[in-house]
Amino acid sequence: MNIPYTVEERPDSGLANGKLGIWLFLASEVMLFGALFSTYIILRTGATEWPHGELSVPLGALNTVLLISSSVTMVMAWAMLKLHNWGRHRLYLLATFALAGIFLVNKYFEYSDHLARGEGPSHSTFLAIYFTLTGLHGLHIVGGMVVMAYLLGPGAKLWKQNPDQFTNRIEYTGLYWHFVDLVWIFLFPVLYLL
Amino acid sequence: MEQPTTPPSVVYEHAHHIDAHEELGWWRKYVFSTDHKVIGIQYAITGLLFLLFGFGLMMLMRWQLAYPGKPIPLIGPWLGQSRAPMGIMLPEFYNQLGAMHGTIMVFLGVVPLAVGGFGNFVMPLQIGAPDMAFPKINMMSYWVYYIGGVIMLASFFPTTGAAQSGWTSYTPLSVITATSGQTFWLVGMIFLITSSLLGSINFITTIVQLRAKGLSYMRLPFFVWAQFVTSFLLLLAFPPLEAAGILQLMDKVAGTSFFLPSGLVISGKPLAVAGQGNPLLWQHLFWFLAHPEVYVLILPAMGIVSEIIANNTRKPLWGYKALVYSVVFLGFMSFIVWAHHMFMTGMGTTMSAFFQTTTMIISIPSVVILTALLLSLWGASIRFTTPMLFALAFLPMFGIGGLTGLPLGLAPSDIHLHDTYYVIGHFHYVVAPGTIFALFAGIYHWFPKATGRKMNELLGKLHFWGSLVCINLVFMPMFIQGLAGMNRRMYDGGAQYAHNQGVLHWNVVQGYAAWGLGLFQIFFIINFFMSLKWGKAVDKNPWEATTLEWLAPSPPGHGNFLTEPIVYRAPYEYSVPGAAKDFSPQFEPEKA
Ligand code: HEM
Ligand SMILES: [Cu+2]
Repeated sequence: MNIPYTVEERPDSGLANGKLGIWLFLASEVMLFGALFSTYIILRTGATEWPHGELSVPLGALNTVLLISSSVTMVMAWAMLKLHNWGRHRLYLLATFALAGIFLVNKYFEYSDHLARGEGPSHSTFLAIYFTLTGLHGLHIVGGMVVMAYLLGPGAKLWKQNPDQFTNRIEYTGLYWHFVDLVWIFLFPVLYLL
Repeated sequence: MEQPTTPPSVVYEHAHHIDAHEELGWWRKYVFSTDHKVIGIQYAITGLLFLLFGFGLMMLMRWQLAYPGKPIPLIGPWLGQSRAPMGIMLPEFYNQLGAMHGTIMVFLGVVPLAVGGFGNFVMPLQIGAPDMAFPKINMMSYWVYYIGGVIMLASFFPTTGAAQSGWTSYTPLSVITATSGQTFWLVGMIFLITSSLLGSINFITTIVQLRAKGLSYMRLPFFVWAQFVTSFLLLLAFPPLEAAGILQLMDKVAGTSFFLPSGLVISGKPLAVAGQGNPLLWQHLFWFLAHPEVYVLILPAMGIVSEIIANNTRKPLWGYKALVYSVVFLGFMSFIVWAHHMFMTGMGTTMSAFFQTTTMIISIPSVVILTALLLSLWGASIRFTTPMLFALAFLPMFGIGGLTGLPLGLAPSDIHLHDTYYVIGHFHYVVAPGTIFALFAGIYHWFPKATGRKMNELLGKLHFWGSLVCINLVFMPMFIQGLAGMNRRMYDGGAQYAHNQGVLHWNVVQGYAAWGLGLFQIFFIINFFMSLKWGKAVDKNPWEATTLEWLAPSPPGHGNFLTEPIVYRAPYEYSVPGAAKDFSPQFEPEKA
């Protein structure tokens, strides 16, 4: 069966179904992370003392650079499709995937460093927040990587059959990816610097 | 069958090749289906079964409340040592029953039936869509709900039993109770929330994107508006509870103390956690969801009742626009009233004043909606069909529930009433004779669309009158008990307190009324199955209704409509002066 407006835009809303869907999803994500950031604010303002300098700022900064770069390569992957440059598109999408992977490797080193020192989430409220927020953010990164792997692998076939739909999918993945990036841009100063 | 009313030039191309080409196997057709109607029915049946199960848990509780410490007849011996040694209920088991009755009724029964069931089945038909915008995600949201349900049920099996800190799972109690039940509860909730999120994204997208030609927003049936607003509530209010659930899960399994304050001492031993947590934070996050959630429970019910009232009064709804604006306003307001559940936490007078004010304001749109529906009855020659009886009863029942809520929304009176049976009476009037009656009304009303057969009227009326009498006998005495100061969540029904002695006998009355209520549901169950096979066969539009679902065949095939539906008019054009019939469907051109 054909569902209307899966690829083309509905004139009165100016949106295709998937575009509206991804925006709605992101709205719910804003509420999710909004609640978690509120938790952070409430616990921090209520705390008598708050640890400083427990996290490695250089590693955090490096990860920030990695994610911002991956947002740029993600935009390029989409732009290359608009230019019908398939080869370049693959390259940029692969770069995005790789940058996300390096981010996770860094995160792994940070985590294992803490755990090795016996500083798990139960150690202090600060670390509880740190592990929960970055852990959830990390899961979002993994989710994005799964989607990218699909679009690099079996999902890439769609480009031949329906290039517009494929381009849309890359665009929606991009929107999601920018959101994940944005969350990190909040997380980095909140956890590493303040 | 009637000829399609739209010109044959707009014949749907899809509809034809569907029948010709798509031969789905049994599994894809009935189990892993992506058809919104099949998914709607799956949701509805699963939801009904959970309602029955939650009702069963409640029957056990009512026995214990009426006859504290007496062995439970029949099933008592089967409950086992850890729940009811020699058939006598343990306090821990009563707590599990209470927590799981609330959780199951709300999250596994009513919402799946009202939103997943009715929303899925009816809404795409009413807007003239061939299916939901994302059929595969629709299937996924059902199965994620299903897994959540299985996890909740499984939590009864470990000998330490299910969650026992109330459906509200307040911290620190829920975290320090050292059983696995709460962990099951949290994981189950995360599945249920995920399912609702997927569903709400689908609903909103479908309503915005897939409305038929000519179906502007102000021509949408009120039911669709109700589902639209409900979906926004689910979309935006559930994530904070998901966040809270994740944090509580961390407290349970990773030893964090988000909700555990410093210096907590349990059974004389200091609790070995980092501390510095904030137990009230849980309440804020919980009620930030759970107040909008009560509108999730009630708005679809109002939508169903509106459809049925318009259809059976043979008149347009009174004040359609007022209804729409009210429901939208209600949706917005429901996000800023949550802390009226927390007057007793000592959150301060400024906070209390703010939340009292918003609570009084939010009652205005509810009153507008109820008044508009009441005025719709004015001067009508009403068809007293079974669905209409249930819909009519909804109005005073919801009215009682709503009015008794006002004293709870004002801190001075809430201090007296908080945590008593008055509260239990109040919200059950909203959700049981309110929402559940509306859901029954909806089942009787749309059964012919789903199956091509009508349900039996005589059995329907027996079901209605019996339920109406019994359910009031269960819940009306709760106000008396609550005003006398009887606390809720007491495993002996409050028998240990002197001040309750004068109102204890009501527990026995409520017990009998509850068994009676159970017996009258048998009429419904018989009716349901009998009508599937022997019900009176009907055509497309047995109720002579005006909205689009009645243009599709009964039951509609995959893809729904045989011709592309086009909308020419407002949703409830009944008894239009000068028209040949007393109903002018949305799909009939002006001079039909
Ligand atoms: C129709 C028959 C029903 C009866 C007779 C009934 C009866 C009860 C009783 C006796 C309690 C426990 C009171 C206590 O110990 O504090 C209770 C609690 C509750 N019920 Fe129902 N109930 C019914 C339907 C429903 C429905 C349809 C819903 C929701 C949609 C619902 C939601 C709840 C909730 C949320 C609680 C509070 C649980 C807690 O204390 O955490 N009930 N009900
Ligand atoms: Cu509330």
